[in-house]
Amino acid sequence: MTILVNKETRVLVQGITGGAGSFHTRQMIDAGTTLVAGVTPGKGGQKFDDKVPIFDTVAEAQRQTGANASVIFVPAPFAGDAIMECIETGMTLAVCITEGIPTVDMLKVRAFLEGSKTRLVGPNCPGLIAPPIKQKLGITPHQVTRPGRIGVISRSGTLTYEAIGQLTALGYGQSTCVGIGGDPVGGMDFIDTLTQFEQDDDTDAVLMIGEIGGTAEEQAAAFIKDNMKKPVAAFIAGATAPPGKRMGHAGAIIAGGKGTAAEKIAALKEAGVKVSPTPAELGKTLVSAL
Amino acid sequence: MKIHEYQAKELFRRYGIPVPQGDVAFDVQRAEQIATELIKETNNETVVVKAQIHAGGRGKGGGVKVVQGAAAANQAAAAIMGMNLITHQTGPEGKQVGRLLVEQGMDIARELYVGLVVDREKRQICLMTSTEGGMEIEEVAANTPEKILKAWFDPKTGLLPFKARELAFGLGLTGKQVGKGVKIMQALTELFIREDASLLEINPLVVTKQDDIIALDGKINFDDNASYRQKSHEEMRDATEENPVEAEAAALGFSYVGMDGDIGCCVNGAGLAMATMDIIKHEGGEPANFLDVGGGADAETVKKAFKIILTDDRVKAIFVNIFGGILRCDVLAEGVVGAVQEMGISVPLVVRLEGTNVDIGRKILADSGLKINAAADMADGAKLVVGLARG
Repeated sequence: MTILVNKETRVLVQGITGGAGSFHTRQMIDAGTTLVAGVTPGKGGQKFDDKVPIFDTVAEAQRQTGANASVIFVPAPFAGDAIMECIETGMTLAVCITEGIPTVDMLKVRAFLEGSKTRLVGPNCPGLIAPPIKQKLGITPHQVTRPGRIGVISRSGTLTYEAIGQLTALGYGQSTCVGIGGDPVGGMDFIDTLTQFEQDDDTDAVLMIGEIGGTAEEQAAAFIKDNMKKPVAAFIAGATAPPGKRMGHAGAIIAGGKGTAAEKIAALKEAGVKVSPTPAELGKTLVSAL
Repeated sequence: MKIHEYQAKELFRRYGIPVPQGDVAFDVQRAEQIATELIKETNNETVVVKAQIHAGGRGKGGGVKVVQGAAAANQAAAAIMGMNLITHQTGPEGKQVGRLLVEQGMDIARELYVGLVVDREKRQICLMTSTEGGMEIEEVAANTPEKILKAWFDPKTGLLPFKARELAFGLGLTGKQVGKGVKIMQALTELFIREDASLLEINPLVVTKQDDIIALDGKINFDDNASYRQKSHEEMRDATEENPVEAEAAALGFSYVGMDGDIGCCVNGAGLAMATMDIIKHEGGEPANFLDVGGGADAETVKKAFKIILTDDRVKAIFVNIFGGILRCDVLAEGVVGAVQEMGISVPLVVRLEGTNVDIGRKILADSGLKINAAADMADGAKLVVGLARG
């Protein structure tokens, strides 16, 4: 199986009528996703591209279509609310693509997630894609993926595509690729996702892409050392990043001397993880770890 | 976004957090006038003149002077205003002082520390306090971590009073100091949440001989993601403190950070943009910049990006590294060719494209007759551009 999604996953899109929402809804349908509904408040009753029914609320969409996962393209000022609507409705999976959500809103979302049955992927991420079952919940270019048995986790969007592209070129397909996002406060982290891959019978190894900022990679390294039997390869972006500067992602900043690439690479190597020396050898490094 | 100490203190006042009496001066004459008024109102000859720059360590760098009387305040202001202040946070080039905060002096009994940060691990806000006010908190954390007391809270419940009391007693506050300390901590948490701060620090928070608790310093950073709902913060922006190229790039929706090298980078996506700098360095070159032009990248975007990159005249070659995916590489390639022709770019260009129609894209670049090198992959592109920058 794949992780987080399966053949029974029924996807709705929050913000389906917006620019990014409509473009990527078409892409998701093209990729084979079971896309059953869209939500745009005030546009309930209409149909997207004459196919996908649109509802005013997530609850209504769920009742009418049995949707159990949501992909969120709602603009940043309203995205925190959209995620909480998803949680309240009892969606099993919320994937938030939106970039630029205020941290205070995400801290509220985290408090709201506590004790709920929803798993949150993102925000500020490309979402996830499971090539073996053709389910794409996000914006990853499915054209570069290939069904297979490698799991991919990443804090970065285009670097995820890079990793997938390199694996595919080497003939190694992917079981599930999860972009966990570049914000300081988000949903699933490396450990949550690694746990899923470790338990997944159809994943043989994991390629993990981290970057500067925070200590999630160091914690992941400790987790891998103690809990992972499957091989893990990694890359950390930002070895050349100067301290105190935010490198594009809200969460990519070396603060108070903490969160450097060097520390993360050392922790991962210490845990037995093969670390790719450059972003051009992501695929090669994973293959060498098998 | 960062703001000055005097602006942070104005916000403190609004939230009921006691600060010393004082005002900001943009010239020496006004500084003396503020000092004269302060002395009259407070009946206290002690006046503090503080340089206002977006960096810590101002005292050690000579940017803070405690003086007696208005004439001495004038002299101190004249010495600090316009000086190039170098601290451990400004870098060796320092920062020129254009604003002064003139404040009343305080009878200090104890110096404490209070700070609020987002704890990424716990996904909550962390309130940190310490009895070691006036020292760098990183230093305290490294040498005497037991002297830092912490409490965590989320914006849903805020800081519960019992947690604030625990910290107040832990700091050794006594009698009516406890209530005052609790009130300040709760006001700070409210400020942090309502104003969308990303970092807030008072170092030192002082206990006076009169049992008052006062914020002697103040530092606030705001979450840029929340600027759309914090319009009043824009008035606090000091453009002289910001890198003009970074600001120009931000206005275009790009993320740019200047570096010291000579290879310009144009990349889509923050992770790939960082990784591109890394691979240039790995191949023996030095990146001139970090530039993330966003997830997509069309002709217009590429043109704007070149303009930003070329504001740095040290740039000897440019590396365009675009992972298209959904975007078609032939469209991207035409965009790059169009931008180079229109702008008459003279430095050599290496373009690495990946995604749909990549072969057609490379052919368009090769057939353009321009100084554009189409790279086979990222490693090839990095090697090429490092070679070209060396000449």
